[in-house]
Amino acid sequence: MRTKAENYVVLEFPSHSRNESFARSAAACFAAQMDPTLNELEDLKTAVSEAVTNAIVHAYPEAIGSVTLKFRTLPGNVLELTVKDRGRGIPDVEQARQPMFTTGGGERSGMGFTIMESFMDQVTVRSAVGKGTTVVMRKRLAPRRTK
Amino acid sequence: MEIRSTEADRNLLLELSGELDHHGAKKALLELEQTLDAALPRRLVIDFKEVTFMDSSGIALLLRAQQKMTLLDGGLLVRNIPPQARRVLDAAGVSRLITIK
Repeated sequence: MRTKAENYVVLEFPSHSRNESFARSAAACFAAQMDPTLNELEDLKTAVSEAVTNAIVHAYPEAIGSVTLKFRTLPGNVLELTVKDRGRGIPDVEQARQPMFTTGGGERSGMGFTIMESFMDQVTVRSAVGKGTTVVMRKRLAPRRTK
Repeated sequence: MEIRSTEADRNLLLELSGELDHHGAKKALLELEQTLDAALPRRLVIDFKEVTFMDSSGIALLLRAQQKMTLLDGGLLVRNIPPQARRVLDAAGVSRLITIK
């Protein structure tokens, strides 16, 4: 179901690992308008880092492709973070979401989706082999007292 | 991601600093393996005091260190883990597998 965004930003970058840090900072900058707590900011940065790393490592294992971020603020103090690639796709999303499952070898822990699920309220994964993967994550931020 | 290593009497201290994400961990993993192979420590301490961010890439690094120390019949201690990194370890259930001070 589409929810009308109150504000949004779209960013695109090549899948170089040095852009992981940029993606986290961009998410934190966008979230700042919602007056998040430090813990909430760290949760958002961690979840974005996992999703972007998946795109960099798994969507484009042998080439550089584009990664698109879309951040939206939704009614009810909800922040939505979308990470989209046009890479090779995930043949079995359920399997990929299992803790400890990885095709990344000893460099990866297989805990990326587990961490996204733990740090966000809702994680949706859409993927088509040969077409790409879209991860949509939502988190409701705690309402802050007006100062 | 920087690693400072100090060795005395087969006790190895690795002090990590910076962001331990996939980008940083690629280099850190390599450095970890090389340092451990050269020092063959009995006891490894990894200090996280200066780590400003960690995601699941840090879990892979810690599990690798644990594995290596088991092969060397030695012990691993992880200390000064900042709150954000701690939440990542807790979410993954890794805090039960390694000794954290």
